[in-house]
Amino acid sequence: MCALSELKTGQDATVVGLRADHDFVQRLHALGVRIGRSVRIIRRGALNGPLQLRIGTTDIMLRRTEAALIDTTETAVRA
Amino acid sequence: MKRIALLGMPNCGKSSLFNRVTGASARIGNWPGITVDLMRARILLGAHMVEVVDLPGIYDLNGYTEDEQVVRDFLGSQPVDLLVMVINAAQAERQLRLFLQARTLGVPMVVLFNMADEARRLGISIDRDAFTEHTGITAHSISAKFGDGVPQALAQIGHLLSDTAPSTPSFDALAAADLEHALDQLAHQSIDTPVTLSARHTDRIDRAALHPLLGPALFIAAMALVFNAVFLLGAPLQEGIGGLFDWLRSAALVPLLAPLPAWASGFLIEGIYNGVSTVATFVPLIVLFFFLMALVEDSGYLSRAAFLMDAFMSRIGLDGRSFVMLVMGFGCNVPALMGTRIMRARPLRLLSMLIIPLSLCSARLQVFLFIGAAIFPAKWAPWALLSLYLFSIAAAVLTAWLFRKKFASREPFALELPPYRLPTLRHVLLRGWHEVRHFVNRASRFIIAGVALVWLLTHLPVGVDAASTASWAGQIGSWLQPLLSPIGIDAQLTLALLFGFVAKEVMIGAMAVIFGQETGALGDTLAQHMNIAQAYSFMLFTLLYTPCLSTLATLQSESRDWRFTTLAVAWPLALAWGVAWLAYTGLSALAH
Repeated sequence: MCALSELKTGQDATVVGLRADHDFVQRLHALGVRIGRSVRIIRRGALNGPLQLRIGTTDIMLRRTEAALIDTTETAVRA
Repeated sequence: MKRIALLGMPNCGKSSLFNRVTGASARIGNWPGITVDLMRARILLGAHMVEVVDLPGIYDLNGYTEDEQVVRDFLGSQPVDLLVMVINAAQAERQLRLFLQARTLGVPMVVLFNMADEARRLGISIDRDAFTEHTGITAHSISAKFGDGVPQALAQIGHLLSDTAPSTPSFDALAAADLEHALDQLAHQSIDTPVTLSARHTDRIDRAALHPLLGPALFIAAMALVFNAVFLLGAPLQEGIGGLFDWLRSAALVPLLAPLPAWASGFLIEGIYNGVSTVATFVPLIVLFFFLMALVEDSGYLSRAAFLMDAFMSRIGLDGRSFVMLVMGFGCNVPALMGTRIMRARPLRLLSMLIIPLSLCSARLQVFLFIGAAIFPAKWAPWALLSLYLFSIAAAVLTAWLFRKKFASREPFALELPPYRLPTLRHVLLRGWHEVRHFVNRASRFIIAGVALVWLLTHLPVGVDAASTASWAGQIGSWLQPLLSPIGIDAQLTLALLFGFVAKEVMIGAMAVIFGQETGALGDTLAQHMNIAQAYSFMLFTLLYTPCLSTLATLQSESRDWRFTTLAVAWPLALAWGVAWLAYTGLSALAH
């Protein structure tokens, strides 16, 4: 298990835990970031900038401090 | 009259639908207790006159952001006949969450799956029959942008309205609603998503637009383009309108008012009429600005700008969208302030509005070019101007940094990066039209009153020479001397600053009146009147002090908070004095 912010760029992972406060969890849910969902970091902003995440058909940007509150496990690569 | 309300998440295309259905007739509605501007329009649907209300885009009916509160307040106090739920079909899998919440309210509802074309390209299909079977709610597939399916959906809505009665929702079941499980079930029943999504053109554009090196370069180029467009196209347009009003004045108004006593015609022409023409000169700028704004925003590039600038902007309590508005403020502060409405978190928006008036706008540039040429040696003038731009940016960064705690945003920061889309001409034009009407409605009285007030101050008591030291304005100037002489600004220059409050671009003309010179000879007079330390201090003060009347009117009409407007006047004034004092003292010491 690792925090979403530590995930390798381009690596598919599954959300296993959300440690954010209630409001932020609600917002993440509305954006499709839910436990059991697949997520991938598309790119990292320069100079410790935000992350571009893809969840299904939605792309969002999230700051690294906030991404650190999301726990993930790497998804095995499907052959 | 029946009432329908459009409900949907951000980026669901709700406003496109609203614009398509209502067109140019839409205006901002006023409802007691509703603090955010909502657009409304009346249209004929089938046999009914219907009021359509565009609610703000929200993620969560149960949330705590200002927009979410507004939606609940509106629905709780204004009975609606029908809720029209707009869902981006390409993102239905998650946007249906809001539908599940809305369903608990017990208000009749129709669901419109928008952007059907985009979903089809992604291979996503929605089984509307299965959806209706499981939810009991009618659904339509539309493209608000191109209009496909919209007439059928409207006909159906008109039909449904025959059997509805206005109702106020109950929020009791909202908190307890099972969302996550029900969402999975509903998505499973009605949405078919391919396992792997085809590579999108958006990804290819992003590879360049968000590249660590190429991205910022493209961003600077895009900003330079937008800025130059506002600047190069806006300034002549503004002059054109100004010229038209001058012509009308000398051709029609002056002869018409000739029978009146001089003071009366003076007040009507130079007070009221000039106020009206001040408002009018902003109209082309606002149209142009929102034309560009709609391009940047609707194309999806604005959130890319936010992504690129976030590493820097988050340190001063802002996000990248504030940066875009700040850059636009260098063209003209007024539309840039109106443009901050895209930032839905109020503290973030207010902090952005606090720093935008510090941008060196094109009107201030005219003053600096004139004074720079008149007083500075030719080889120094460009550097003086460049330093003013740097001061302007530094003042904005410092202000944001100092006030970042006071305007700390509690809203979670998670911004969508929508796919790139081509904006439609119709939407872009409507945007410009709505914003201009908004500006004229909200700000024109304030601006006209301000221009008239300055005329009265400079022409009373009756019989004094206009803008002389004997006028009330001149007296105010001498009272202010203890405050302004330490920064090298004498009574006559103080009068010029008073005019600058009306509009910075009238300062040069006003100085010509104050010093009793033609504008052509004004440069020499100024050179004798001011030394370099005084001139530089005067320019710095002009750069930062009280924003112009139109900016002030916009600050108030957009924030609707006098305390904030007072802060936005008082802080720059204090900053201007401090900076000008440092520059004046420093430069005077150097000269000795």
